[in-house]
Amino acid sequence: MKVGLYMKEVNKKVAVFRREHFNAAHRIFNPAWDDAKNAEVFGKCSNPHYHGHNYELVVKVTGVPDPETGYVMDMKVLSRITKEEVLERFDHRNLNLDTVYFRELNPTAEHIGMVIYDLLRARIDPALELQVRLYETDRNYVEYPA
Amino acid sequence: MHYLCGTFIVCNMVYLTRVEHFNAAHKLYNPGWSRERNEEVFGKCANENWHGHNYELYVTIKGEPDPDTGFLFDAKRLSGIIREHVIEKLDHKNLNIEVDFLLGRMCSTENLVVGIWQQLLPHLPMGVRLHGIKLHETPRIFVEYFGE
Repeated sequence: MKVGLYMKEVNKKVAVFRREHFNAAHRIFNPAWDDAKNAEVFGKCSNPHYHGHNYELVVKVTGVPDPETGYVMDMKVLSRITKEEVLERFDHRNLNLDTVYFRELNPTAEHIGMVIYDLLRARIDPALELQVRLYETDRNYVEYPA
Repeated sequence: MHYLCGTFIVCNMVYLTRVEHFNAAHKLYNPGWSRERNEEVFGKCANENWHGHNYELYVTIKGEPDPDTGFLFDAKRLSGIIREHVIEKLDHKNLNIEVDFLLGRMCSTENLVVGIWQQLLPHLPMGVRLHGIKLHETPRIFVEYFGE
């Protein structure tokens, strides 16, 4: 009876979450400004020798569970896509120097979250909603889309 | 302070831990080795352009509470000492090239925790005994050092 009840809920959306982590070095730096201005605005985050973080990434996928599998999305597939698109590019890297995304773009948590969203969005069924939450530290995190 | 409680000697040894955090860039790279050898031993941690971590530092002191204050040591003062002599030197820094007490040493978490111990010890007041330091490099990797 219970199964039949849930099967009728054909249009109910569920969010599923996958958590991954990576660590990286970066420097918050606006190349249009001189060093003094960067230091004034970004403080020690602009250290020319870089600093780094353990980033925690939470990927949220929202949709109606497939009636045959019961899945919004196969979590193994979501994990694999996240590893391929995000971890292989960013883990143990210097975000400013080792990735193509932050040559011009300042690697703030906001921008990293937006880049990750775009990378994942291209690999996930357009019928599913996507949101990423990125923790730069335990107490600083961003969400995109807002 | 020891006192008799019935026929037993009761010890009041208490351990107090202060947690601080910092983040930094580093790489595991032995300059005496070839790049290939470094990559073989240290894998992606040897990335020449650095990577980084949020470090969590646990400093534990031990002693018996002062009868007047009830404190082993003022935790705020302990925090001030850790910040002044350790966090200031490490936070938002590149451990391989910007930290005086790590120069010439491999920047492993093991060496870092020993270096932090040596930094802190001379700055703790008489009567405050440093018991141990725990240092998390990631939530799932940490080292401990007890001055042995």
